[in-house]
Amino acid sequence: MRGLHISKDRLARTCKASLVALLSLALASCRGSVLDPLGPVGADDATILIDATAIMLAIIVPTILLAFWMAWRYRASNTKAEYLPNWSYSGRIEAVVWSIPILTIMFIGGVIWIGSYKLDPFKPLPSKNPPLEVQVVSLDWKWLFIYPKEGIATVNQLVVPAGTPVHFSITSASVFNVFFVPRLGSMIYAMPGMVSQLNLKADRPAVMFGQSSHFSGDGFSDMQFQVRSVPDAEFAAWVQTAKSGGKVLDRAAYAQLARQSQHVKPYTYASADRKLFDAVAMQHVPPGPGPEPENPGHAGREVSTGGHD
Amino acid sequence: MFGKLDWSAIPISQPIPLITSLVIILVMLGVLGLVTIKGWWPYLWREWITTVDHKRIGVMYGLLGVVMLVRGFTDAIMMRTQQAVAIGEAQGYLPPEHYNQIFSAHGTIMIFFAAMPLVIGFMNFLVPLQLGVRDVAFPTLNSVSFWLTASGALLVNASLFLGEFARTGWLPYPPLSEAAYSPGVGVDYYLWAIQISGVGTLMTGINFVTTVLKMRCPGMSYLRMPMFTWTAFASSLIIVAVFPILTATLAMLTLDRYVGWHYFTNTAGGNPMMFMNLIWAWGHPEVYILVLPAFGIFSEIFSTFSGKPLFGYRSMVAATLFICIVAMMTWLHHFFTMGAGAAVNTAFGISTSVIAVGTGVKIYNWIFTMYGGRVRLTVPMLWSLGFIFTFVIGGMTGVLLAVPPADFLVHNSMFLVAHFHNVIVGGVVFALFAGLEFWFPKAFGFRLHEGWGKAAFWFAFVGFWVTFTPLYIVGLMGMTRRLQHVVVAAWAPWLYISVAGVAILVVGAIVQVIQLLVSIRDREKLRDLTGDPWDGRSLEWATPSPPPFFNFAVMPNVEGEEPYWGIKLRAVETQQLSPEPKYEPIEMPVNSAVGFYTAFFASVFGFSMIWYIWWLAIVALVAAYAGFAWFAWRDVHEFEVPVEEVARVDRARRAAREVFLTQLARQEATP
Repeated sequence: MRGLHISKDRLARTCKASLVALLSLALASCRGSVLDPLGPVGADDATILIDATAIMLAIIVPTILLAFWMAWRYRASNTKAEYLPNWSYSGRIEAVVWSIPILTIMFIGGVIWIGSYKLDPFKPLPSKNPPLEVQVVSLDWKWLFIYPKEGIATVNQLVVPAGTPVHFSITSASVFNVFFVPRLGSMIYAMPGMVSQLNLKADRPAVMFGQSSHFSGDGFSDMQFQVRSVPDAEFAAWVQTAKSGGKVLDRAAYAQLARQSQHVKPYTYASADRKLFDAVAMQHVPPGPGPEPENPGHAGREVSTGGHD
Repeated sequence: MFGKLDWSAIPISQPIPLITSLVIILVMLGVLGLVTIKGWWPYLWREWITTVDHKRIGVMYGLLGVVMLVRGFTDAIMMRTQQAVAIGEAQGYLPPEHYNQIFSAHGTIMIFFAAMPLVIGFMNFLVPLQLGVRDVAFPTLNSVSFWLTASGALLVNASLFLGEFARTGWLPYPPLSEAAYSPGVGVDYYLWAIQISGVGTLMTGINFVTTVLKMRCPGMSYLRMPMFTWTAFASSLIIVAVFPILTATLAMLTLDRYVGWHYFTNTAGGNPMMFMNLIWAWGHPEVYILVLPAFGIFSEIFSTFSGKPLFGYRSMVAATLFICIVAMMTWLHHFFTMGAGAAVNTAFGISTSVIAVGTGVKIYNWIFTMYGGRVRLTVPMLWSLGFIFTFVIGGMTGVLLAVPPADFLVHNSMFLVAHFHNVIVGGVVFALFAGLEFWFPKAFGFRLHEGWGKAAFWFAFVGFWVTFTPLYIVGLMGMTRRLQHVVVAAWAPWLYISVAGVAILVVGAIVQVIQLLVSIRDREKLRDLTGDPWDGRSLEWATPSPPPFFNFAVMPNVEGEEPYWGIKLRAVETQQLSPEPKYEPIEMPVNSAVGFYTAFFASVFGFSMIWYIWWLAIVALVAAYAGFAWFAWRDVHEFEVPVEEVARVDRARRAAREVFLTQLARQEATP
């Protein structure tokens, strides 16, 4: 008996400890998640996510409890509960049963309507300073960021000034991808032959990660990029450094870049062809070539060089 | 001679698919050998392969679905373990070109070859029985449908051993799926497998729409049909409406790949957006094709085990048809993040969440079915209550995803993965297990073991939540789906917990198998002698277990909702069965090999198209077509069951019912 008590006690303590560990893990996980936004777009997205959850929890928690209570109250062994073997209709209950979801959805519908217009990714953000223009091209399997005004470009690395809105024009050179920086908010597709737009802002300096959120082939898992929001002065200095040395992004360099490669380390181009983005988006340059097997006679098994050539 | 096919198609350098496929081939050869040695071929040919009996076809659909469920589950185990070991610099044990095939195969197999066959299997087994008729409208077509589905499953699994499967995800989005970016045979395997099985599914839809519209027994008006039949009908209507879209879309992609057309290519005016719209115009209704019959299964179970009619039957019918129609108006929510603009996103966000009205009504009606009932907490009932909990939460996260600004944060994330497993596992798979427990005695004549069944439920339920709750969390942390390896270390603990959940699910699956084995061992003890083991309410429980091949000796005459419940009440009240009817000979459709024959050549056709073996493709297509022609010119299509046979079978049923009646009377006397 004593032994049993101890083990019960220990069990309870283990349970409590693991619960605490789980909770602190959950709290720690909030940091850096979409619920820990760094800019106005992410903050508004997250608010809507949380509000909509709260509205629905208010309905579904009682519903779940009602279901379990009903099954328990009217269990066959409970002789105290009344048995109504033919009861199968009640106009009043029907009215309530249709009204609850309809009212909830009308409420959510309002959130959808207002939220969709307010957070349309194409809509410019209100700001005193003019937005920074960044052109984004998704390639197999890396991101190209062109700063048309500054005349520079980067691969797998995005540097933006904190406090200034950024206007992204996004296209793809080959297959679909999604441009997504979780802590800045809204994601949007990068699509060949189309230009999507996205307006984001980082409120303060930080280092974040960005990724592709749409599967695009073998090198997809490494389509990550570092995002740094920096003070204005540091941004200007960074642009100067980038300009001072490095490769030139002309059409020939682009053709080489468009070939498949994986796990590409970030680097910058000292100068970039200012018409390149439009040429890619309008498909005036050929699309990414896709896999280039060493042995074209391979039997149906797709062999990509994985970019290690 | 053999197109693209040569020895390099066999994955010699990849041990996992190689060993797996060798084991599968050995097992298959073993089974075939055993069947040959035991001399079971004539029996299998006569009673199963050429059968046109809807119950047998339903069982075969179920068997196919279960085997594919195991295959899909194996893929799932590999995906979860790969992501848990490939963190940081580690690359795990599955390289991208293999991992990408696994998640594509997992989705394709689970939807097309596990969930669909299982759902259609239940429809096959139950709809004619519940309608009080002897077969579906087109019994031979039904057999063709089944065999074409099996043919598709065969092709998908052949890709394990010869060549590769698609590496594009379960929906092959162009331009990734175009020849320029996926030159291998993987996408072609996908296309032909889905095209062939899709024809089968479309014919099933036509068959069941016709059956429900034209084949009800006397007195079975629309508003007397059991809820499962209603949902099967709604599901079939959706199949007829949207499967042609799937076929057309995949045909366009096929033309792009095979003859260099430009429907969805990057160049020459192709537009990949068109594919997204078309595929989801099929893809979203598809989930309702699966979930509506699941709702039907739960409706039958809640009513039967509460000992009451379904609450708000007409309201349930209305909600079903409401879902059936609105399901086709929501597809765009799969790409809110493609920049359609605020107005379009608003319209589709609202239309999507409106579906929750229909499902919400259903949830409340099930709850009020239990009100004032005598709820027996049997295994099917446990699955049903587990379903309410799981599905309501899955519905909530679904409505969250329907709110465009929220979707902008979690589109394509692990949150989405958790959501759709929440509704498809919690909704469809729980329903299939509940239905299996519930109708197993009807199909096989004995019940499944209760204790092992309860254990299986608890493992599945707990395992499900331990697996998918962490995925919701990593989704909110920004983790996208389909990553072959992950670089963010903070995600790791949640991925480990998820693997622990998979381990619990594996135990659950083993417990299910044990339950089946124990039940087969104890089948005499679990035998259902009455044909009505659960105190049922619809017509299938009026037949013996298992039912005779002609289902009903005399067509029932329905006089109200819940026809069998009415017959039973009258028998208990009057203390006697209705007088013995006047038996007449019955016309039943003859067996036909056309389904098996056509599917065989369809498989050969698909295989030759995949490997560019043009001459064989032509031969197979002509042979398959010849099968149809041969069938169309048949002289004999029905045979007569002699009146003595009908009387003998039905008298045995009546004798069992007499015994049952005295048992019921004794129960009434001692409450």
